[in-house]
Amino acid sequence: MVQRVSAIIPGMKVRIRFFAIARERADRSEVLLDVPANASVGQALDVVGLQFPKLPAILRRSMIAVNREYVERDHRLQDNDEIAIIPPVSGGAP
Amino acid sequence: MKIVLTRDVLDADTLTSAVQKPENGGVVTFLGVTRNHNEGRKVLYLEYEAYEEMAQQELQRVAEEASRRWPGIDIAIGHRLGRLEIGEVSLIIATGAPHRKEAFAACAFAVDHIKETVPIWKREVFAGGQVWIGSEEHAEAQSPAT
Repeated sequence: MVQRVSAIIPGMKVRIRFFAIARERADRSEVLLDVPANASVGQALDVVGLQFPKLPAILRRSMIAVNREYVERDHRLQDNDEIAIIPPVSGGAP
Repeated sequence: MKIVLTRDVLDADTLTSAVQKPENGGVVTFLGVTRNHNEGRKVLYLEYEAYEEMAQQELQRVAEEASRRWPGIDIAIGHRLGRLEIGEVSLIIATGAPHRKEAFAACAFAVDHIKETVPIWKREVFAGGQVWIGSEEHAEAQSPAT
């Protein structure tokens, strides 16, 4: 008897938000992305970089926030996380 | 502690009043003002963009850190967003402390630290182009010959 493979590995949906020069290079302010379960921030950024060829240089120089907290590239994502691409900031005083 | 992130004109009196209390003998109000020149370019206007939900939170953290370093101070921060003309105020930081030394120090600390972690970006529109300050294209704009 043939055994059916029913355990499809579930992926995750994450929301990527772009700001400032990253928003301009991506030509949009956000995108929903499918990533493998337990993917890291770095893996998600690789997917973003492939989807938006003008972005990789910006991504390398950006800080990343997940759900409004700064994280490192090895941070593990969860379903429905909001990932913000934060290019070098320049607010505040002249 | 008062934090304001707004597209409206910032009011220095309101933010200063927030830290002007009977126990504070020293009150410092810093204004960041849109300048008409930058790195040799004639600036026409600036545009500020923010990740607003997080910027509010990070401004709050700067204020909390200042309060931790100088216990007992009062602090109010206002940051403007959107298009700012030359001479308009983009940032106000008001600090109040029993003595002037703490008020000056806490104000300077907050001004410096807002530049590090708060997700707000400035686009400079100048005669002949525009640039996101801090970006790679900013570096290109500074050295067009290379």
